[in-house]
Amino acid sequence: MFVALRDLRFAKGRFALMGSVVLLITVLVTMLSGLTAGLAADSSSAIENLPADRVVFDARGAADGKISFSDSRISGETLRAWQDVPGTAAEPLGISMGRISFSASGEQSKSGGQGTAGERGAPAALFGVSPGGEAGNAGRSPSAGQIVLSSGLAEGTGLASGDEVQISGHAFTVAGTGGASSYSHTPVAWIGLGDWRTLNAQAGDQAATVLLLRLTGEPVLDAVDERLGTTTVARGDAKSAIPSFSAENGSLQLMRGFLFVISALVIGAFFTVWTIQRQADVAVLKALGASTGYLLRDALAQAVLVLLAGAGLGGAVGGLAGLAAAGSVPFVVSASTTVLPVAVIVLLGAAGAALAIRKITSVDPLTALGAAR
Amino acid sequence: MNLAIDDVVLTYPDGDRTLTALDHVSMTVEPGEFTAVVGPSGSGKSSLLAVAATLITPDSGTVTVAGRDVTGLRPAERARLRRDHVGIVFQQPNLPASLTALDQLTVMAHIAGRPPRRAAARARDLLASVDLAGVEHKRPHQLSGGERQRINIARGLMNAPQVLLVDEPTSALDHHRGEQIVELLGRLTRERRLATVMVTHDLAQLGAVDRVYSMADGRLSRESRVAA
Repeated sequence: MFVALRDLRFAKGRFALMGSVVLLITVLVTMLSGLTAGLAADSSSAIENLPADRVVFDARGAADGKISFSDSRISGETLRAWQDVPGTAAEPLGISMGRISFSASGEQSKSGGQGTAGERGAPAALFGVSPGGEAGNAGRSPSAGQIVLSSGLAEGTGLASGDEVQISGHAFTVAGTGGASSYSHTPVAWIGLGDWRTLNAQAGDQAATVLLLRLTGEPVLDAVDERLGTTTVARGDAKSAIPSFSAENGSLQLMRGFLFVISALVIGAFFTVWTIQRQADVAVLKALGASTGYLLRDALAQAVLVLLAGAGLGGAVGGLAGLAAAGSVPFVVSASTTVLPVAVIVLLGAAGAALAIRKITSVDPLTALGAAR
Repeated sequence: MNLAIDDVVLTYPDGDRTLTALDHVSMTVEPGEFTAVVGPSGSGKSSLLAVAATLITPDSGTVTVAGRDVTGLRPAERARLRRDHVGIVFQQPNLPASLTALDQLTVMAHIAGRPPRRAAARARDLLASVDLAGVEHKRPHQLSGGERQRINIARGLMNAPQVLLVDEPTSALDHHRGEQIVELLGRLTRERRLATVMVTHDLAQLGAVDRVYSMADGRLSRESRVAA
C-alpha cells in the first residue's frame, strides 16, 4: 500500500468526497435496514415467536388460493382430523383484529367497542389460545373472561393486571401483561379460544384461524395436507401470510438492494476515472519493474481503505441515528442491520473497484518512455 | 559485459507497410562505460532503449542484460529483471505527484520487497550523491526541472542496477543544467561501475561520454571512443 497511502494523503479532497458518498449511502442503507427489520418485527414478531414447528392454513376459501392469516379458516372437523394425525400435536390459534375499550380511570367501560366521553380505546390483534396450550404469552393461557396484554399494548393503554376492558361489548379482566408481540403492526392481546370464537361468531363452523403443529414424529405432512385440503408451512415462512407483510418488506428490501448496487456502481465509476488519471504513474512504475499484481493489490487496498472508512463511519452514524429514532419509529439496531450492510457495501464496492482497476493490467509500460507529463 | 545487443531487428506495422525501427543492431556496454547513442528523431534511438529495457521484444537477435538472455522471458520475468538489474532515467522525470523526493526512491525498494528502514537510508545517500540533500520531503511540483531530473537519476540507481538506460535526459533543461546532468551521469557510471546507455539528439552534451554510437534509419552506423 506504499503508493495507495500516499495517494490518499495527496488527493485528500477527492478521496474525502468519495468517502463521503460511501458514508451517506451507508447511512441510508443502515437506516433502511434497521427500519425494515423494525417494521418486520412490528408486523410479524407474534408469528415468529409462536411455539410451533409448522403452521397449518386452510385457504380453500381464498380468492387466489394463497395462504393468508386473513383468509384461513380451520373448521372443527379439520382441527379434529389434524389432532388425530400421528406424530403431531396440533393446537388451534384464532387470530382477528379488534379494539379494546376501557375507561380512562381504569374502570370497566359500559359501552361496546366505541368509546364515549371518559373512555379510551386501542386496536389489538386478538389471539385466541387454548386453555392449557402453549400459544399464550410466555405460556400463560388466559381463562374465560381473561385477557393478557402484550407489553406494547399495556404501555400504550396504561392498563395493568386486574383492570377491566371490553371488546365488542364483552367484558374481560386483564390477567397479565408482558412480551413484545405484535401482528400486522398491531400489539397483541391473548384471550381464551372460547371467548375468541364468541367474538367471531359470524365465522360459523370456524374453530380457529390456523393450527400450530409440534412434530413429535415424522408424519408425511404433504399427504395429510392433500387429504384435508390444508397447507402446512414452516413457522418462518408463515409470516409471508401476514396481510401486506410481503409487499411492505419486499419494497423495502428492493430499495436496499438498489442502494447496494448504486454504491458498487458509484465506487466503480470513481475508481475508473481515478485509474485513468493515474495511468501514466502506473506505466512508470511498471517500466521500473513493479509487477501488475503489485499495482493491482496496491490499488485495491486503496479502494478497500476508502470503503472501510466511509462505510464504517456510515454504519456507526446510521446505527446511532437508529438508536435515537427507535423510540418513535420501529427500528432494530443489531449486527444484521449495521455490520451486515457495512460488510455488503464494502464487498460490493470492492468488487466494483476491482472491475475498474483491472485496467491497470492493460497499461503498457512502454508509454513511460518518452511520455510527456 | 553488462549489456549486449546482438543483431537485433525490430519492425512495426505502419499502415500497409512495415517500418524497420532497428536493422540488425549490435552493441555491447561494459561495466563503468558511459555510452551515448545519437541521432535525429525517428532514427530508432528510443526503440533501442526500449529493447535494452526489455519493454519490447525484438523480432530477431538477442539481448543480454546482466548476463541473462532476455529475449524469451515472460512479462513478469522481464519486470523482475528491470526491477533488480536495470535503472531507467526517463526523458521527462515521470515522478508520481503524490510521492515526496524520498518516496520516489523508496518506492523502488518497496516494489522489490526490501526493508523500508534500510531503503530510506540508501535513498538519502543517493539524494545526497546527486546534490539533493534537504529536499527529501518535497513533492515534484515543489522542485525545479533540474532537481526533478536528478531525482529521476537517483531513482534509477535505487535498486543498485548493473545497467542504466537514459532517455534524452537534457531535453527539458537549459544547456548549463544539461551539461551538469550529463557530467553527473558520467561520474555515477564510473563510481558505481554501471553500463550506461544514454540516447540523445544533443551532440553538444557528449563531453563526459566514453563511446558514441550514431544511429540513422534504424542502423548503428558509426562508433567512436570520445574519452579514454
